[in-house]
Amino acid sequence: MRTLILKSASSYLLPVLLLFSVFILLRGHYLPGGGFVGGLVAAIAFVLDAFSNGLDKTKVVLKVHPGFLMPLGLLIAFLSGITPILFSDLPLMTGLWADDPIPVIGALGSALFFDLGVYLVVIGASLTIIFTISESA
Amino acid sequence: MEIILAIITGVLYASGIYMILRRSMVKLILGIILLGNGVNLLIFLLGRITKGEPPIIDSTEKVLQGVYADPIPQALILTAIVISFGLQAFAIILVKRTYKVLKTDDLDQLNTTDEDS
Amino acid sequence: MLAAVLLGFLFSLFLVFSGTYFRGKLAVLSSLIPLSLFVYFLSYLPEVSNGEVIYQSYEWIPSFGVNLSFTLDGLALLFALMITGVGSLVFLYTSAYLKDHKYLDRFYGYLSLFMAAMLGLVLSDNLMSMFIFWELTSISSFYLIGFNNDKADSRKSALVALGITGIGGLLLLGGAVLLGDVAGTYRISEMLSSREAIADSSSYLLILLLIFGAAFTKSAQFPFHFWLPGAMKAPTPVSTYLHSATMVKAGIYLLFRMTPVLNGGDIWHTILIIVGAVTMLYSAIHIIFRTDLKGILAYSTISALGILVFLIGIGTQAALVAAAVFIVVHALYKASLFLITGIIDHETGTRDITQLAGLRKVLMPVAIAGFIAALISGGVPPTLGFVGKDLIYEATLHYGGSAVLLTVLAILTKILLFYGGFLAGVKPFMGKLPEKYSKLHLPSPLMWVPPLLMTIAGIVFGIFPGLIETAIAKPIAMTQVIDYESFHLKLWHGFNTVLGLSAITITLGLVLYFALKPKHSLETAIAKLDVIAPKTLLLQLSTGFEKFSTLWTNFFQTGYLRHYLSTIVAFLIVLLGFLLFSDFSLNIDFNTLTELTIYELSILTMLLIGVLYTVFTKSRLAAVAALGVVGLSFSLLFLFYSAPDLAMTQFSVDTLTVILFVLVLYKLPKYLNLSDTKIRIKHGVLSISFGVLITLLILRVLGEPKNAEVSEYYAENAYKLAHGKNIVNVILVDFRGIDTMIEISVLIVAALGVFGLLKLRLKTRDKK
Repeated sequence: MRTLILKSASSYLLPVLLLFSVFILLRGHYLPGGGFVGGLVAAIAFVLDAFSNGLDKTKVVLKVHPGFLMPLGLLIAFLSGITPILFSDLPLMTGLWADDPIPVIGALGSALFFDLGVYLVVIGASLTIIFTISESA
Repeated sequence: MEIILAIITGVLYASGIYMILRRSMVKLILGIILLGNGVNLLIFLLGRITKGEPPIIDSTEKVLQGVYADPIPQALILTAIVISFGLQAFAIILVKRTYKVLKTDDLDQLNTTDEDS
Repeated sequence: MLAAVLLGFLFSLFLVFSGTYFRGKLAVLSSLIPLSLFVYFLSYLPEVSNGEVIYQSYEWIPSFGVNLSFTLDGLALLFALMITGVGSLVFLYTSAYLKDHKYLDRFYGYLSLFMAAMLGLVLSDNLMSMFIFWELTSISSFYLIGFNNDKADSRKSALVALGITGIGGLLLLGGAVLLGDVAGTYRISEMLSSREAIADSSSYLLILLLIFGAAFTKSAQFPFHFWLPGAMKAPTPVSTYLHSATMVKAGIYLLFRMTPVLNGGDIWHTILIIVGAVTMLYSAIHIIFRTDLKGILAYSTISALGILVFLIGIGTQAALVAAAVFIVVHALYKASLFLITGIIDHETGTRDITQLAGLRKVLMPVAIAGFIAALISGGVPPTLGFVGKDLIYEATLHYGGSAVLLTVLAILTKILLFYGGFLAGVKPFMGKLPEKYSKLHLPSPLMWVPPLLMTIAGIVFGIFPGLIETAIAKPIAMTQVIDYESFHLKLWHGFNTVLGLSAITITLGLVLYFALKPKHSLETAIAKLDVIAPKTLLLQLSTGFEKFSTLWTNFFQTGYLRHYLSTIVAFLIVLLGFLLFSDFSLNIDFNTLTELTIYELSILTMLLIGVLYTVFTKSRLAAVAALGVVGLSFSLLFLFYSAPDLAMTQFSVDTLTVILFVLVLYKLPKYLNLSDTKIRIKHGVLSISFGVLITLLILRVLGEPKNAEVSEYYAENAYKLAHGKNIVNVILVDFRGIDTMIEISVLIVAALGVFGLLKLRLKTRDKK
């Protein structure tokens, strides 16, 4: 599937799609979107890149094996869950929120970090599945 | 509309179960996917359907008011979709592996555990 | 007391690690354990004989009312002394009997495990902990009966014994739970106060039957008696300890313990008297037909247990005192006779009574012990056996209208038991010594001193019955009898009816001994009746049950996925269909339904075509493509019906799924067309009816009002509490965050599974 059009387009598509996925992730708390969808979109972006440029090049872009994103994401989600216990003596998974909203992102809170964890896990799991299969197929 | 959706859910269930009952492993996976879709639709339908009113609070409001779609089935289905993706991937690879090792696609050939893989 | 119970457990645990040291000469030291326990319990004797009850409790599972509470009253003390006393002698005897046996340490381990469990059983005041110790005795006896585990016989007997006593254990559990429910406590001492409530409750009969079932299986009552003769496959010390002196008396102990709680109704007395009488006479008659010494002893033990059940059934103070004394009598003579049989077996290599004679010339001290044991068993004065026998007749003679019948039954049994005792204790030593045994010599004193000690004790207690009276009989009567009256045990009662009956018993017993000679022909003659023996019937029942379960399993567990699935689906169709149609009402308000527009109609048509195409196409690629269409239609459907998040997710996942399929499709097998039309139609009907059922179910649910409480809570608080406006996302990351966390963990597991299936396997193949 190495067509010229796809190949030249994909070098622009990857950063744009990744940016789009982050956008979906961030707006998830207010508008449709969130970690699950964002992660899937990012995974599709990488898969598209792998189709056009070859899996090896995509792996170079990724630098780490996508499998490492799974524990990392789980760790972030877990930390955001126990932060209220550690710092504020509140029950598990209580949302903590910064007082002033930040431009672009909106209100900053522990739920956002939890969503970030979900995002990373979804990317990691989908890419691990697809990359493993295409490597051994 | 609801009645038609209910019938379609029934069709999804029936076709899913029919496919799972086949002896071919590929059909088994297709059946599982169809059945999964049927379950999603069932949950969605039982939360009642609402047109054009997503459960999102208006930017000027603080509380969701008026008519809105039930957010709980949506949250359930959302995770179900993502997880069934993982399940499908695993099932496909399992079938592929089995086929490679046992050289058969017939589920009836798999009913002994003594097979040396 | 906890320490006393735990000591045996600890010792057996200790033997696991240091067993090798106890196989040789040190083995004899292990008898210090029961001996020290015997002394420990003996020290409580003064207090208990004053009627004091010592109580200790340790919390275990207080929330269920299950505690380790121990009481030491007269009854418990009698059993504790018997367990540790006979235990000490058996431990001593074993060190010589199984000298240099390869697994001697193992044997001691099982034996002390059993002793500890038995102590726990008799000391428990809590029915639940009693049940646990009860089961532990069954389990340890399983190991002891099957100690010669290289013999098929032993293994089978062990299994039968475990099966019967195990069923009994379950019955006990059932009885205990019911009793605890009715009485509101598991403590036996507290149940006494609610004995009227128990007797009046509707489950009284059931409780009674369950407790009886437990006691009858454990104490080998008819028709569960057959495991006991089989259990004689065990080494002789085991037969002595478990199957005559202690474990088989656990059922008797249970009945004794429950007497004050449960003996409210007539049914208690009737059942116990009938079962006891049948057992005692049935197995006493069996003695005549046996030639194996252990077989004789086994049947006379069952008969003695029958007498005990019979006496407890009579339930008057005199009967209970008689039972308590008879427990001591029986332990003394039966244990001695078993040990003597063990010596004979050990020295001559046979237990066949027709082969044995004149052994007194070579085994004099053993012969003395055997003779005294036979006297005790026959109830000849001045032994304790005489006191015991008199008490039994006393009890039967004063039992209302059926006194004569009961007395006659008791006398018949006693005559046969007299015969059995003389057969085992006297016959091998009388007459002319066969040539082949002339070179025998006396074994180690460790073997012949224990039986001699026990028989001498039988004479001492006989001459001074006051010892037994203050130590055992009175404390037991005080705690077990509701209207206690003082009494005295005497060897000599003067000339009265009881003395006459005793004389008749002894005379007829002697006549029987001289007139009847054990013959093999008799044994084979009775073997013909085995067809209708309870043993055969129960075994047939169990094989029948096994066959039935094999059929059942083969019917359902075929190993074919489609069979399992069609069974489940068919079951669901029947169950759900029944529920739906038994109460079906379709009350959908058609005005509230959403309007159908052309957009939706086209999507649904697309969806339907996709589904049907997936099912009916013959090409894999077409099926996958059709599935993609199904997914996209779903995505559009979600978009129409106010679920943008779902639409986005469905769309992305659909994309990835199709990529996944495309990647592996050519590695996947081609479609097979395996099933014939008949099966297809069958499956088609099954799945379509399930689909119809689901549709009806949905329509039914849509007719009911919807509970939106939780959704409203989320809608109201999403922004207030979680600062989010997309409620679906707020539910996922905040309200139900822990669920989401588990869900992403599942996703990780699936990904790791895929990775492992493909990558790890390749590496092992590379190694090859």
